[in-house]
Amino acid sequence: MTMNNLLRAIAPLSDTGWALLDGEACERLAPALGARKLVDFSGPRGWEHSASNLGRVTTLKGAPSKAVTGLRREVMPLVELRADFALARDELRDADRGAPDTDLAPLDDAAREIAMTENIAVFHGWGGAITGIGERSPYDVSSLGKKAGTYPREIAGAVEKLLCQGVGGPYGLALGREQYRIVIETAEGGGYPLLDHLGKILEGPIVWTPGVNGAVVVSLRGGDFLFESGQDLSIGYDSHDAEVVRLYLQESFSFRIATPEAAVALAP
Amino acid sequence: MGFDQYHEPPDELPAQTRTFARLCASLTEEAEAIGWYQQRLAVETDEEAIAVMRDAQGEEFKHFSMDLELLLRRTPPWREVAEGILFQPGDVVEHGEESEAEAFDEGGPGAAGSYADGSLGIGSLRGR
Repeated sequence: MTMNNLLRAIAPLSDTGWALLDGEACERLAPALGARKLVDFSGPRGWEHSASNLGRVTTLKGAPSKAVTGLRREVMPLVELRADFALARDELRDADRGAPDTDLAPLDDAAREIAMTENIAVFHGWGGAITGIGERSPYDVSSLGKKAGTYPREIAGAVEKLLCQGVGGPYGLALGREQYRIVIETAEGGGYPLLDHLGKILEGPIVWTPGVNGAVVVSLRGGDFLFESGQDLSIGYDSHDAEVVRLYLQESFSFRIATPEAAVALAP
Repeated sequence: MGFDQYHEPPDELPAQTRTFARLCASLTEEAEAIGWYQQRLAVETDEEAIAVMRDAQGEEFKHFSMDLELLLRRTPPWREVAEGILFQPGDVVEHGEESEAEAFDEGGPGAAGSYADGSLGIGSLRGR
């Protein structure tokens, strides 16, 4: 059997155990990976993939020969995210026996944290490593407001800003946890759900995006925001002793913004 | 448009299984087209028509190979079996039996991960 950097084949886990962990991780990650529901995704290009092409160059000065000029390609390095967790081996042995209630809380916590970190990196940036959509958006940041009544006006205003710049839709809306809760719990005058009202304004999805502070309206026309995956989210093996097996969730990616004006950030 | 590639209710299938089924259906269609062109070429006498059909069959070879490669990349146990059979000189049946035994008697797909790269295969979630 071939083995890559995740070292899964030497972990003290049965195939049943791995299937349980992979399934649990997918279940926990998919709802929380809000950024992936709104930006373009390419890859995965593999763990060896270290940088994204920017198509740009810088001029090299002081070439050894006056008859030769030099250019250096500019690239964007990928970042690696890793969230460690440990599981009790007794629990995994019980899972092999068919226990339906295996305690996988440490895995769930790691999944939540790495998904939230990915969302924050995409929408708010990660100093020095990734520039977020909100950081590059050229528009003044207005506030959604504390109450649901102002949400339609602010989000319609954001859509209108995008239209004024010639940025077509449909549009998607990334909402932080608190803002999402407000939207789904609110019915406007006449009992019309706020969720449906906002959906009609956007003509696109409203996405629960833990880690987002406030909201971000993004165009979904494509080509504006590119998430490039090196190694997609994976579970790898670190070490074990008699009591626990230490594992980790890991991914590598870069994020590029081609059209900063294709998104509007809204503060809480 | 038909949805015959699904043997189980599509709503109950995860997205990656639906993609897998579509690729399998595509692989089948390309194989059928290769067979059809082979039969047409066997009976056609017009040289120009033969040239066009031969070129078209070449396209189907490419499509079939692309579908197969992607399916193998995403299905580690299938890939393991295939690696012992494809492009190997000698007895095809013998290689098949040996390859199957090696793939399934020495550990299943669990340790290798759901996908060939060991990842969870989540990818893009647009539209989900």
